[in-house]
Amino acid sequence: MVFVWTKGEAKAGRGVSDAEMTRESPMTMIDSAIHPAVGEWDLPDFSKPLPSRDGDRMLQFREALREAMTEEMQRDERVFLIGEEVAQYNGAYKISQGMLDEFGEKRIIDSPISENGFAGAMIGAAMYGLRPIVEFMSWSFSLVAADPILNNAPKMLYMSGGQWGCPIVFRGNDGAGGQLGSTHSWCVEGMFSNVPGLKMAIPSNPYDAKGLLKTAIRDPDPVFFLESERMLGDKGHVPEEEYYIPFGQANLMREGDACTLVSWGRPVHFCMDAAERLAAEGIECDVLDMRTIRPLDIESVVESLKKTSRVVVVDQSWPFGSVASEVMAQICEHGFDWLDHQPVRVNTRDVPTPYAKELEAAYLPNADRIVEAVRKVVTAG
Amino acid sequence: MTPATTKTTKNDRRSDDLSNETLIGWLRDMQLIREFESRTMQAYQQAKIGGFCHIYSGQEACAVGTINSVEKSDPVVTAYRDHGHALARGMSAEACMAEMFGKITGCAKGKGGSMHMFDRPNNLYGGHGIVGAQTPLGAGLAFGARYEWEVLGTGTKKVCLCYLGDGAIDQGAFHEALNLAALYSLPVIYIIENNGYSMGTAIHRHTANADNLIARGKSYGIESIEIDGFDVRNVYDAFKPLADDCRDMQRPGFVDLKTYRYQGHSMSDPQKYRTKDEVADWKSRDPIASLLHHLMNERECISEDAWSTMEDEIKTVVREAVEAAEAAPIPDVDTELASDVYALPMDNLSPSEDYKHGLKNPLM
Repeated sequence: MVFVWTKGEAKAGRGVSDAEMTRESPMTMIDSAIHPAVGEWDLPDFSKPLPSRDGDRMLQFREALREAMTEEMQRDERVFLIGEEVAQYNGAYKISQGMLDEFGEKRIIDSPISENGFAGAMIGAAMYGLRPIVEFMSWSFSLVAADPILNNAPKMLYMSGGQWGCPIVFRGNDGAGGQLGSTHSWCVEGMFSNVPGLKMAIPSNPYDAKGLLKTAIRDPDPVFFLESERMLGDKGHVPEEEYYIPFGQANLMREGDACTLVSWGRPVHFCMDAAERLAAEGIECDVLDMRTIRPLDIESVVESLKKTSRVVVVDQSWPFGSVASEVMAQICEHGFDWLDHQPVRVNTRDVPTPYAKELEAAYLPNADRIVEAVRKVVTAG
Repeated sequence: MTPATTKTTKNDRRSDDLSNETLIGWLRDMQLIREFESRTMQAYQQAKIGGFCHIYSGQEACAVGTINSVEKSDPVVTAYRDHGHALARGMSAEACMAEMFGKITGCAKGKGGSMHMFDRPNNLYGGHGIVGAQTPLGAGLAFGARYEWEVLGTGTKKVCLCYLGDGAIDQGAFHEALNLAALYSLPVIYIIENNGYSMGTAIHRHTANADNLIARGKSYGIESIEIDGFDVRNVYDAFKPLADDCRDMQRPGFVDLKTYRYQGHSMSDPQKYRTKDEVADWKSRDPIASLLHHLMNERECISEDAWSTMEDEIKTVVREAVEAAEAAPIPDVDTELASDVYALPMDNLSPSEDYKHGLKNPLM
């Protein structure tokens, strides 16, 4: 496709003067699927059907993450892992256990406690042509790297006018880890997903963790990959065969017709617990695990709404300006006609994360609160 | 703050081995930057350039001397006072000026502006707007280059030049970058273009131990040197061996490059914090005038006439760049506003945008 400015093609009303219109530009449109700013790129084959989720190859969430990174590092020498304690210590949460032995210290790299430094540096490495995986021990610690990860990585392609992209994965624990208190329990998804230019994946189980992380590493854009310390030991079937889960496709975890529960990451489990309890009362719910929130599969939410006409959005970040707010706004934009009750959200309580175990449990969007919310929307009318 | 003095004598100068043509080329580069910045200020005052705009005049010997000490394939990254680096690196005056005019023919298609000069064919990894933000990037570019050479086995030994002002040395990011560069032995040279002011705050008022900046580099075990950045031959004499060494040894360097900016911090700076005498004092040993003096009177390789012709040629180049920038089309909202946001756009990334690819960058 050739795009040439000539007098005839210049559009009226855009402030293009006669002098400007006579100047022809030889510039053409980019027509490739992947922007040339990230160089040669081959995407995984997403047309292959995903393998069954049922099976007995039970892996921990952390092992699924490790398999994803290991396979991608075996496939592409430009991929490497850097972060605090990832190498000699074998991972602060044992996610990278054994990877130093397999790949050596040039590709499994211990960083100092210096998030602003190493996150920023790896953006430079990504621009140069490498494919870094940057592990934040906790996304809470990424706040001191806010400038590089929010101001550089997602904007590089735009502010360079399409000369350099930033193919990088930032990953780590997000959300309350278990009595870690106010500063170490951040859910960054509400705040960070506000920024255009990045993609964000938040898996809830080992199968998705592996398939989404492999896709994240193959994606040419900066991907923010949010895990949970509380799920790292969770076990689930992870197929032997290689698979990549495409971004932007929610997974229907449970079916029902009374209400739709929409969530992502750890609170999906709270939703499943709540749905189980509600089923005992005769209230059957659809539970949708969004898997990625940027892109956000709003079509699947609306499809479910057509059946249930009621929706509760469950989000483990604060309510004001949260992902739940965004999901509700999009429901109103795309699914308003299907609603029999206003959309309802269950977020964490709108206070700093408390330390005391009982307070923390009450703070989270727990099953009790979800059950209560669903009962309300179902009985209201 | 007063100008440093030049100590080296004629006989021990590495730059004496450079050809007349090379030095005349540097004179042309420096004069191009000077003239370009004059016209930039003019266009800014005419409101043809918007936003923040930082003028490089006075500091020309820094960019020209250091960039000419390395290879075209070496990565370069700098801060927001970046027009000089872009031109010294080889960007056309037209692409640079058009960017500031917000035109589609600009190096970033008018999406970056004065502070974001990127030039991929010339390995200029940006102009960066947040003070100090480019310093971790510099470490990472060096990391990438070293990884390419050492792990992938596909590249040559490179050295990255990362520029910052003396204001940026107070940022935490810079100290983290220095630590990483030293810890991982990354081939990056941090070049402090020390013009004595952090915006409007004089160096003694913004940083501790201001007379001994190289102590900071040394404290990380990095070879650190001071250079008189007001004389391009001095810059080359001292910088070239450091750059060669950092490349060969794949290790970092640190340079306190003492210089001066003739204009305010940005175009909106009334410069009440310094005296006219101080500015005049520095201008009395202007880097372009002193190189011209050397070429005209010591090397006797350029005549008054030839210099006059060169000045005229440069004026023409810059005038034509301004005219071209003015005449160039503005970025089309349909193709450019929502393009270059994602390398791989997909559905549902945004509630409001349908991201796509726009026009190919004019430099690529």
